Amino acid sequence: MAHADTAHDAGKYYIPHGSKWPIIGAVSLFVMMLGAASLLNGVGIGPIIFWAGFAAVLFMFYGWFGTVISENQAGLYNAGVDRSFRMGMMWFIFSEVMFFAAFFGALYYARNLSVPWLGGEGTKFLSNLFLWKDYEPAWPTNGPMAVGGAFETIPAFGLPAINTALLLSSGVTITIAHHALQAGKRGVLKTFLAATFLLGFAFVYLQATEYHHAYTELNLTLGSGVYGSTFFMLTGFHGLHVTLGAIMLVVIWLRVMKGHFTPKQHFAFEGVAWYWHFVDVVWLGLFIFVYWL
Amino acid sequence: MPMKMKRALGAISATALAALWSVPAAAAWTLNLRQGVTELSHDIYNLHMLIFWICVAIAVTVFSVMIYSIATFRKSKGAVSASFSHNTTAEVVWTLIPVMILVAMAIPAARTLVKIEDTSGSELTIKVTGYQWKWQYDYVDEGVSYFSTLAQASNEARQLDSGVDVYRVENYLLDVDNPLVVPVNTKVRVLVTAADVLHAWWVPDFGMKKDAIPGYINELWFKAEKVGTYRGQCAELCGRDHGFMPVVVRVVEQAEYDSWLAGQKAARQAAAAPAAQTAAATTNNETTTVLVANAE
Amino acid sequence: MSASQTHGHAAAHDHHDDHGPAKGILRWLTTTNHKDIGTMYLVFSLVMFFIGGAMALVIRAELFMPGMQLVDPGFFNTMTTVHALIMVFGAVMPATVGLANWMIPLQIGAPDMALPRMNNLSFWLLVAAFSLLILSLFMPGGGPAAGWTLYPPLVLQTGDAFPLAIFAIHLAGASSIMGAINIIVTIMNLRAPGMSLMKMPLFTWTWLITAYLLIAVMPVFAGAVTMLLTDHFFHTTFFAAAGGGDPVLYQHIFWFFGHPEVYIMILPAFGLVSEIIPTFSRKKLFGYDAMVYATASIAFLSFIVWAHHMFTVGMPLAGEMFFMLSTMLIAVPTGVKVFNWTATMWRGSLTFEPPMLFALAFLFLFTIGGFSGLMMAIAPVDFQYHDTYFIVAHFHYVLVPGAVFAIMAGVYYWMPKWTGHMYDVKLANIHFWLSAISVNVLFFPQHFLGLAGMPRRIPDYSTQFADWNMVSSVGAFGFGLSQLLFVYIIIKCARGGARASDNVWEGAYNHGLEWTVPSPAPYHTFEDAPVVK
Ligand code: HEA
Ligand code: HEA
Ligand code: CUA
Ligand SMILES: [Cu+2]
Repeated sequence: MAHADTAHDAGKYYIPHGSKWPIIGAVSLFVMMLGAASLLNGVGIGPIIFWAGFAAVLFMFYGWFGTVISENQAGLYNAGVDRSFRMGMMWFIFSEVMFFAAFFGALYYARNLSVPWLGGEGTKFLSNLFLWKDYEPAWPTNGPMAVGGAFETIPAFGLPAINTALLLSSGVTITIAHHALQAGKRGVLKTFLAATFLLGFAFVYLQATEYHHAYTELNLTLGSGVYGSTFFMLTGFHGLHVTLGAIMLVVIWLRVMKGHFTPKQHFAFEGVAWYWHFVDVVWLGLFIFVYWL
Repeated sequence: MPMKMKRALGAISATALAALWSVPAAAAWTLNLRQGVTELSHDIYNLHMLIFWICVAIAVTVFSVMIYSIATFRKSKGAVSASFSHNTTAEVVWTLIPVMILVAMAIPAARTLVKIEDTSGSELTIKVTGYQWKWQYDYVDEGVSYFSTLAQASNEARQLDSGVDVYRVENYLLDVDNPLVVPVNTKVRVLVTAADVLHAWWVPDFGMKKDAIPGYINELWFKAEKVGTYRGQCAELCGRDHGFMPVVVRVVEQAEYDSWLAGQKAARQAAAAPAAQTAAATTNNETTTVLVANAE
Repeated sequence: MSASQTHGHAAAHDHHDDHGPAKGILRWLTTTNHKDIGTMYLVFSLVMFFIGGAMALVIRAELFMPGMQLVDPGFFNTMTTVHALIMVFGAVMPATVGLANWMIPLQIGAPDMALPRMNNLSFWLLVAAFSLLILSLFMPGGGPAAGWTLYPPLVLQTGDAFPLAIFAIHLAGASSIMGAINIIVTIMNLRAPGMSLMKMPLFTWTWLITAYLLIAVMPVFAGAVTMLLTDHFFHTTFFAAAGGGDPVLYQHIFWFFGHPEVYIMILPAFGLVSEIIPTFSRKKLFGYDAMVYATASIAFLSFIVWAHHMFTVGMPLAGEMFFMLSTMLIAVPTGVKVFNWTATMWRGSLTFEPPMLFALAFLFLFTIGGFSGLMMAIAPVDFQYHDTYFIVAHFHYVLVPGAVFAIMAGVYYWMPKWTGHMYDVKLANIHFWLSAISVNVLFFPQHFLGLAGMPRRIPDYSTQFADWNMVSSVGAFGFGLSQLLFVYIIIKCARGGARASDNVWEGAYNHGLEWTVPSPAPYHTFEDAPVVK
């Protein structure tokens, strides 16, 4: 723009012009989903299509975030852009909360409505009388047909309690790291950020051990009736989110090592931190409603 | 917009006609809900008409104002626009009046709802199980149980390009081989469930419809006041032949019912005495097998 | 709203050389420009409207006469299912998103959408989603055929189409969530100085609230279909009694999404009508504040009424009572809207250009659809209406002469701004009259069919329903053919025609910044934020 001076431009909201990453993303997600569907349908080349799509998705993330990071380093982002990223991240996390809400809702319904009904309590007690005579309502349960066979559950105050401690302390370490970043103490920042993702990976490791234990020794599986369904779907999606969060933390840590972020401008760091806290809070809900009560 | 006016008015009067013009149930060009033959269906019908007329009254009021505005405040007629953009009194009024109207609707509605859900004091219990695509009727206290499927004539006629003139098939798609038989003036409690997917058991003349849910029992009741044959259909999408699993209920005098029931029992006895016991058991097993198949 | 006074050059005509659109197909694949993306959304939606409409015509053709003449019952169910999925997620929602993309930045004085790259991804994911869905039609075992509500256990009987349909929903959902985030962030962060929330045009307002609804419920839907997927493939028993689950659980989760979903389709339509009626009444919108609050109340209420779709599943009495009463309440804020639109016309100075005609038809016909909705809200009576054509009539009234007419009104309202040309008004008037008449021939008789007892989702019916079905089918083909005219008008307008002025509806009461930029709106607008007084 002929009359636009640089000072003016700097205050401007940065609008990227044309980007190949979104279309790469859309195409790779299409391929990945097509592959996943073929895989589920037992089509021979399904896995190949799926993994090809998956690799392309990773490539897209790498390229897209790479672009954003270099634009950021080039100083193209003003406070307005920063605010957009923040708001975007917040609402994204909110959508994740609602995703988990669906599964928590299912848990609530099974425990307080459907299982009691099948067991002869509440307004639909007739279901028990006519269809499931011998079924005693209980929680945990794999239903009147004992789907998946007898199973045992994982006590709350074993591994899960340790995992709770791990995640809670990772919430503390990331906060310390954040304060260090704001205070410009890079050393503390690096250490505590590393501690955070190490705690995260430890959590994932323990969770994997727990799953292994459940599958091999307790006969507790995804197919263990509605208990197994809600248990594994809730903890499973949570575990997936922890894994993703931990990977994001590693990326942020690498960026810190490269000298990115200033005490004032470090949206990426904060975004990941929020995400990490969200994962933390979901875990507390899980610990209380899935393992404990 | 005279056309628009005409259309809106046309719409209103057409629906209004529905109320005044009470045609026999099976006749074509039917416009309105049936009155039915149970207390519940009468209550529901009256409630339906009440709400319908309230809506008509509101529609006439609101649409008149709209039509008046459209006809009067036209630029082509030299109308100049006023500058007001709110009026607190008017806004409060048209918030409160609808609230009052809704309360007036809610009271009879709630009363009817309570009545519908009260299955106590029933004199006969029948368990109805939906299958893809037929019904099973189970007289739980009598040990009588049988299936009810689309009548042969309809079934042949409804095949793709069957070449049959469906107008020549009596009660096309609304006829079954073995209807449900119940005595008149008896409070019948129906326990509805399903063996495979969702179905819904519905007889419009009884005013009642309930979903049949595999693994769960739902209840409804009716007390038919008139002898006759009443026809309905499955009312929940249950797959390919959802359109072809009608419900037919024959309401008969108590005496006829008793002899019918005796005949059914005799027929069962005749069909080998020991098999009778297992018959009930197998149907239950069938149910559970399908349920397991679904769960896997 | 009084946002018409602006300052500065709203649209500078001089650009950086890298500011213009890229050339060829790459422009559309890689664009980050809200106008390009808006255009793509709108075109996509029109294509989907025709595909979904063609399926509706298959339905109506089979239902023209009793007896099975054309299709297999299983295929009929597929048509019903996919018709609805395409119309809801492929036609109506993308149309309003397209309008949002085009108009929100123009209405609030923003240089573009806040997250332009993600905007592009939102659009192309939608294309990916619908490619999967349409692909699923050709799978062994046939396309999805369990109704758009995908109720288990029936949906679990779907063949190879099943995972494709589920993933299509996941992708479409992701697209919607990203679109919604973009809209919220744009509105909250990129408003021009002086454009306070309570000065925003109503279309922007309704979309803001819609976006919140989307973010709150699309993930829930994603969760629901994920549970279907695991029930089908991984032995979970969320929806099977044998394992302690319940098919009805799915319905609760689905409708917790599904009911807000119908308001996701109608709130932007309310916004459009709230823009158009004041313009052609030459009068400020009556009760602006009340309109905003009414929209918000409708959105809030939409979260607590979901089980009115499930009155017959055998809920406890208290549940039925609660959902009946909460549903009835929605009539109050909706009534406020209807009354405010009427009061806007009162003592106005009305003219009847095509956008106004469509908006007026909306006003009458949506209200009729609302009344049948209210009738269905009365639980005891809904036992009779449920799963009959009365329902089909209700929701088509609110969706076709409701949402779709409002969208058409919006297109006729802003098309000159987009293309720089005035469309053929005479043809547009014909399009309006044909549509408005045939849509009633199409859907009004369905009320009678439903009351007479015709269930929905059936490919064949007993002879007593023959007459009204024939009328309805005639209306359907009439309405379908009329839409060819719509396409013709759009293409003609995109290619040329009389020049439209900047303030297109000259002499009409125009509000909003979009009328301060040239027609056609330049590729980049408001690079320097205008100041709104
Ligand atoms: C845009 C979409 C849209 C909109 C806006 C609505 C609006 C409403 N809907 Fe509708 N609905 C659907 C789309 C929509 N619906 C769909 C798609 C289905 C079927 C889904 C399926 O099963 O496949 C459905 C089904 C449906 C059912 C389930 C029926 C059944 O399956 O048994 C019910 C029941 O309560 C219902 C009620 C309502 C009500 C009360 C409103 C209210 O919002 C209407 C409010 C408006 C008015 C009342 C008119 C204007 C008001 C006044 C003039 C004020 C004065 C009025 C009074 C005081 C009465 N709808
Ligand atoms: C926004 C949503 C939307 C829209 C716009 C429509 C538009 C239409 N709908 Fe549909 N419909 C639904 C949402 C919608 N519908 C839903 C949610 C269901 C429930 C599904 C379920 O039960 O699961 C449903 C179900 C449904 C049924 C019930 C099916 C059944 O129960 O089995 C019927 C039947 O008449 C129908 C008809 C139509 C018609 C004729 C149109 C018309 O308005 C379409 C007009 C458009 C065209 C016709 C296309 C344009 C023209 C051409 C393709 C060119 C060629 C033309 C000719 C050769 C004439 N729809
Ligand atoms: Cu059985 Cu529909
Ligand atoms: Cu609803």
